[in-house]
Amino acid sequence: MNLLKGTAAGFAMAVGLAASAQAADLSGTLKIFSDMSNPAPRAVMEKLAADFDALHPNLTVELTVIDREAYKTQIRNFLTANAPDVANWYAANRMRPYVSAGLFEDVSDLWAEPAIADNLASTKGAMTLDGKQWGVPYTYYQWGVYYREDIYKELGLEEPKDWDTFKANCQKIIDSGKKCFTIGTKFLWTAGGWFDYLNMRTNGYDFHMALTNGEIAWTDDRVKQTFANWRELIDMGAFIDNHQSYSWQEALPFMVNGDAAGYLMGNFAVAPLREAGLTDEQIDFYQFPAINPDVALAEDAPTDTFHIPSGAQNKEAAREFLRYVTSADVQTAINAGSALGQLPVNASSSVDNDEMLNQGFEMLSSNSPGGIAQFFDRDAPAEMASVAMEGFQEFMVFPDNLDEILDRLEKARGRVY
Amino acid sequence: MADTSMPHSDGAPGWIRRNRQALAPALFLLPGVLFFLFYVIFPILQSFNLSFYRWDGLGDPVYVGVDNYVELLDDRAFEVSLWNNFKWLLMYLLAIPAGLAIALFLNQNVFGIRLYKSLFFFPFVISQVVVGLVFSWFYDPTFGLLNQILGFFGLGTLNVLGDPNLVTYGIIVAGLWPQTAYCMILYLTGLNAVDPEQVEAARLDGAKGLKMLWYVIIPQLRPATFIAFVVTIIGALRSFDLISIMTNGGPFGSSRVLSFYMFEKALSEYGFRMGYGAAIAVVLFLIMLCFIAYFLWSMYQEEKGGR
Repeated sequence: MNLLKGTAAGFAMAVGLAASAQAADLSGTLKIFSDMSNPAPRAVMEKLAADFDALHPNLTVELTVIDREAYKTQIRNFLTANAPDVANWYAANRMRPYVSAGLFEDVSDLWAEPAIADNLASTKGAMTLDGKQWGVPYTYYQWGVYYREDIYKELGLEEPKDWDTFKANCQKIIDSGKKCFTIGTKFLWTAGGWFDYLNMRTNGYDFHMALTNGEIAWTDDRVKQTFANWRELIDMGAFIDNHQSYSWQEALPFMVNGDAAGYLMGNFAVAPLREAGLTDEQIDFYQFPAINPDVALAEDAPTDTFHIPSGAQNKEAAREFLRYVTSADVQTAINAGSALGQLPVNASSSVDNDEMLNQGFEMLSSNSPGGIAQFFDRDAPAEMASVAMEGFQEFMVFPDNLDEILDRLEKARGRVY
Repeated sequence: MADTSMPHSDGAPGWIRRNRQALAPALFLLPGVLFFLFYVIFPILQSFNLSFYRWDGLGDPVYVGVDNYVELLDDRAFEVSLWNNFKWLLMYLLAIPAGLAIALFLNQNVFGIRLYKSLFFFPFVISQVVVGLVFSWFYDPTFGLLNQILGFFGLGTLNVLGDPNLVTYGIIVAGLWPQTAYCMILYLTGLNAVDPEQVEAARLDGAKGLKMLWYVIIPQLRPATFIAFVVTIIGALRSFDLISIMTNGGPFGSSRVLSFYMFEKALSEYGFRMGYGAAIAVVLFLIMLCFIAYFLWSMYQEEKGGR
């Protein structure tokens, strides 16, 4: 007993020593530039900075929060001219311009540490370019169909597991005078979500990655099959009219008013739906059903990240901050329903008890054997993404233009890659 | 140095005094000229230069010759933008006759005319962003006033901003609202300067109505017309904010104009093709140059006539 106590005390001391030694080592200032400018994420980021500051007495943490949209263009300036020590960004190909320009620090050493290597393995692929890791994730969220549970009940519909049920459900909804899905394609990326899912269900995850990497022609028959499936829904009248005039937020009222029964979206759509007055009895979530039974299910789960610019002054403190953000407890806290309301990236973290988050976590951890994609505009290079998503929007309005659209995308592919 | 400059310092004031007439305007012009060179001429040359490179704004630019221009020739989006620019240029000119009509209508002395004038001028005072928002609500396919009115008359619905054939005209109409107000104010001041004796004389000769307007009033409004023409052309070519607010270039790029396309290619979220953007800017500049040359030429003619 005594011996055990002794070892325990010794162990505690050793841990304490190590921790204090580490804390004492960090000094100077840690400059963080963040794009978490919406009210809830902003509070999370401010708390993160304050807690980290309190943890390291000799270190001053300076946090600058920049408007999320403005950040996307400003990052180019501050990475070259006035680099902070830590900066937010997105995973996958969205990192490419900064990685190729040598503006992000290689953090493969962090990924070699067991704490990160074991717990963050699921997102390692998204952080890897050219065989190295360039940052760490801090949150991600599922995509899927959010639907009006009450309308489904009223019409006697079940959550669909296969494509035929999916279409049969939709037909019943249309017969009842409603639309199956709301969508607002004014800013294009929402159409990218539909393409991603139809394509990953028709041709699979590897095909999605190969296509966004420019290895497959847009005029390929498999791509055409994806569009043929999409066209079935369009010809049925599954989507709301005039979606090209709406942003994703402007498309929400259709679901709130019950004019549309579902929305293929990221989990961030849940908060505004609840704010608009829908209760948990009225909204629910299901995974996009299988289309081609031979293809393993794969999901979109966009990941937001932290990076160390290569021009950072205090890289040691920055690395410690990255370790801190990805640690299990911090991950649990910042992704809670009262904070970001998203999914933690650390496998040892716990998910907040929220109907949607639980289902999303369940889906991503156990029912996505095909793999986890980022999103069309994060997996594909920016230029290809913008041309392609514009084509998706056109296809949704004028499906007959498909051949012309695909020729255009194919030409863009020849130029971009 | 100090020693040798001593004798000159005696002569210097003399030299300055002798050349005062030439020096004073030059000195006064100098700051303006420097700023103009640095902020206008130099960037223009820089854009020309940049349009021969491929550059993402981060790495090293790669010289590609006229590749960007060759790509433009084959770019459907560029073609659409160019046509839309011409649509804007032509349709926007409607602001001039419309402004003149309102100005003639308001050029009378009744109680409260100042209030009416300011109400008509109001759209020009509010920001283009607000104009764009108001019109996108007006056009909203489900809840908008336009469709409520059409529905009242049983005419079905019209999604102006979602229809690739209508969208540009829809935005131009929104732009005409403030631009007409601008032309109106120019004509109102112009009408104050119309010589009443000439009007009197014309009336004695039996001119009235349209004849009076065409042969007596409009010729006297020539300076106002010229300015209205200039500001309208410039307004049409920089029609960026309305497009950005109302459609963001969509649906599928059918409402873009060159300035918006340039922004999208060079500076937007999915852009950063600086060289290609610069090539678009050069084309836009060349179009503008035609008008600028015409304006300068006609002003020069006027000056010559005045002497």
